[in-house]
Amino acid sequence: MQLKDITKGNGSMKKLKLLLVGTAAALALAGSAAQAARGTDGDLKILFWQAVSTMNPYLSGGTKEVYASSMVIEPLARYDEKGELVPMLVTEIPTVENGGVSKDLLSMTWKLKPDLKWSDGTTFTADDAIFTWQYCKAPDGGCAQAAYYEGVKSVEAPDPHTVKITFTEPKPYPYSAFVGAQSPIIQKKQFEKCVGAAAPGCTSANFGPIGTGPFMVKEFKPNDVITFTANPNYRDAAKPAFATATLKGGGDAASAARAVLETGEYDYAWNMQVEPEVLATMLKAGKGKLETAFGTQVERININHFNPDPKLGDKRATKEGGPHPALSDPAVRRALSLAIDRDVIVETGYGAAGRPTCNIVPAPAAVASTKNDSWCLKQDIEGANKLLDDAGWKKGSDGIRAKNGVKLSFLYQTSTNSVRQATQELVKDMWSQIGVATELRNISASVYFGGDPASPDTFQKFFADIEMLTNNFDGTDPEKYLAGWLCDKIPSPANGWQGENEVRYCNPDYDKKVAELSKTADPDKRAALSKELNDMLTEEGALIPLIHRGSVSSRSLTLEGVRMNGWDSELWNVADWSRKK
Amino acid sequence: MFTYTLRRLLFAIPTLLIISFVIFALLDLAPNDPTGDLPLTIPPEVREQIRASLGLEQPFFIRYLYWLQQFFINEPLNILERLTGWQFGDGHRMRVLSWATRSPVVDLIVQRLPQTLWVVGLAYLFGILIAIPIGVISAYKQYSIFDQIGTFVSMVGYSVPTFFTGVLLIVVFSSWLQWFPSVYDTNLEVTDFSSFLAQMRQMVLPVAVLSLYNASQITRFVRASMLDNLHQDYVRTARAKGVRENAVLLVHVLRNSLIPVVTVIALGVPTIFSGAIITEQIFRVNGLGQLLIVAVQGADIPLVQTLTFIFAVLIVLFNLIADVLYGILDPRIRYE
Repeated sequence: MQLKDITKGNGSMKKLKLLLVGTAAALALAGSAAQAARGTDGDLKILFWQAVSTMNPYLSGGTKEVYASSMVIEPLARYDEKGELVPMLVTEIPTVENGGVSKDLLSMTWKLKPDLKWSDGTTFTADDAIFTWQYCKAPDGGCAQAAYYEGVKSVEAPDPHTVKITFTEPKPYPYSAFVGAQSPIIQKKQFEKCVGAAAPGCTSANFGPIGTGPFMVKEFKPNDVITFTANPNYRDAAKPAFATATLKGGGDAASAARAVLETGEYDYAWNMQVEPEVLATMLKAGKGKLETAFGTQVERININHFNPDPKLGDKRATKEGGPHPALSDPAVRRALSLAIDRDVIVETGYGAAGRPTCNIVPAPAAVASTKNDSWCLKQDIEGANKLLDDAGWKKGSDGIRAKNGVKLSFLYQTSTNSVRQATQELVKDMWSQIGVATELRNISASVYFGGDPASPDTFQKFFADIEMLTNNFDGTDPEKYLAGWLCDKIPSPANGWQGENEVRYCNPDYDKKVAELSKTADPDKRAALSKELNDMLTEEGALIPLIHRGSVSSRSLTLEGVRMNGWDSELWNVADWSRKK
Repeated sequence: MFTYTLRRLLFAIPTLLIISFVIFALLDLAPNDPTGDLPLTIPPEVREQIRASLGLEQPFFIRYLYWLQQFFINEPLNILERLTGWQFGDGHRMRVLSWATRSPVVDLIVQRLPQTLWVVGLAYLFGILIAIPIGVISAYKQYSIFDQIGTFVSMVGYSVPTFFTGVLLIVVFSSWLQWFPSVYDTNLEVTDFSSFLAQMRQMVLPVAVLSLYNASQITRFVRASMLDNLHQDYVRTARAKGVRENAVLLVHVLRNSLIPVVTVIALGVPTIFSGAIITEQIFRVNGLGQLLIVAVQGADIPLVQTLTFIFAVLIVLFNLIADVLYGILDPRIRYE
């Protein structure tokens, strides 16, 4: 209130204003330092327009489930809003320097904080971590986070406060198991009888896991609403500030934004996938603001390097079908990238939730390359036209370029989503300016991303020339992600059309560099190698990175302590949230 | 009449079996995948394991027979156990499990039923209560101002979709005036007068949206049916006998006009259970309609299958009820 009145002052009072603002800020800081005790701020109301189905992230894998459960169950360490690891249940992050990671990179040791308690009052021990690993690797359990425990040979407890993880082969980047919101520790006592095929039967445990986090589940209504109460055994006696929390689900993004920004019924709403201008109108009500965080999500255009011609029958989009008649020409791929005005796409479809990028690894800053920004970030229709002219692609009477009877006319597919369709229209128009014709197609997301090998419409099968989607990597290390463009990761009938290399890019040099990366432990060298790999993909036109996508959430102005995080659960520091006094 | 009802009930069994098979086959053929909504960071091998843990690798017919057993034998036994406290076998029966929540589908439905019945059911009731008087007056004073306005409003109510009226009401009454909440609180328990008031307040908007829609539909039926009857010979006879106009209208004409209307209303009852998908979604009532749409989007096939099948049962049942009611209300009609 005070701040608001002051900022209304006119220009001549600038100095006084600044001074007063400073004082107010200092007061606010002092206020938060002398924070009130646990449970004094009433009810925290959170809105997820996609309702939460279960509180066990090992059985779901969906972002909404991972986020919701992060209020209750915690990993050993998390990423903060800068993408740096912070210890949660441990005293420090193990590294080679502090002896936590062995020199041969074959094992790591986590030291648990003393006197940790589960919300039911029992002691938290290393046994629970061992159990969590066993739970996820149990056959027939269908553990959705199994990838986090990949390469783990064993988890042991030399003593109740020490967790020792041994790997099957040297792991230059060992922070995966028990790190981040996707692999939290669950209580052995509660889940002991729920391992493997018995997992789905434990409904009450899956809906109300006992945790070490700031809140515990009071009531869970699947796909509807969760009520939480503050955990009386939480390790920080002054937190959480809220006595209870409600996480309501359902509806759509626009109405969720309205409930925070306009009507003020809710304190926090996740994932505001709403047109920028709609959000701008809602913000005028002055009840809330948007929070943005950028992780590693990149909206990209995939270029098919194989021929997807339906006439090829079974050989369609496979190596046997041969290279793409037009897109195998590097000049065409570069021209397509040059013709795109990424700023316009951000402006119309993304607003605060996106920024132009030419990197497939856009963050964290240490591994984000800037090498190609000079030529790629700016639209250059002239340059693109010249490139195509020089390569022998001549415009026909219909304005479409062709060479040796091959026309630059492409089928461009993506999932059904208003922002994606708007982007398709824009790109189609930009490409028409360089004599490239495009036919647009959109496919329901559950089919396109469904991965059903029998469906011809999945993004992996890629029965089109061009396709658009977003992908990202978890955590801050891109090694596994970059390994997705190895030659042997190309989807084909032999591997059931699975594999991350949808663009069918294959370059032995790239493969060699990835192998080198997997053997390098030094962070600086790893970053340099990652950048090189990233640049190779952009320069050779394996794909066209478009937009670095952020997540946008809205919060009420009365809510304090939100530190929006693109690397972990958005609710990662919900223990620190409080009501503005 | 009794033999007729019995015959129809017996006929319903094969009908429902065929329906259940068609639903199952359609869902199975649909190119949907329960792991389709998961983040792309989850690798394909893990997705394969998830699918296997859901039982998807089994052949189609086996899965269908499992479902039949779970739905027709295990679930009724469970309900019976819960109602009577008896124990059948060891009590460990495979239940129909939702893929998204991994919990029994029937429990989800039971949890959702109250809010759907309250909101959608009440809206249906209000719709009928509003529609009948308007329909009667509109027909009696055909082409009067009242009739014109009534026709206009019902046309608007019928043709403007609920996703428009719903959002409009939220913008006016929640955002501007702040009279009613825009989000329905399914945790609210009515224990005293103030919580009762809160429940009323949060029901106003969704019930209003749906009532308008229901009322406009039924008004048209009442009006048309009244007009048919008003020009019948028996009306003239009644008037000629000197029966008072009120009695002519409300006793003779209305009663006869309601016969087709009652059937229409009975046929509409299953829609109460299937919920109002859009309205529930807009106001976050999270009843059966929202449950169905979330299940469809997430390819939660057991949940979709069970819900749609229950709706099919209700539709078959209420068709029968409508036919029987017709026979009872109109003595001229006899099924033999």
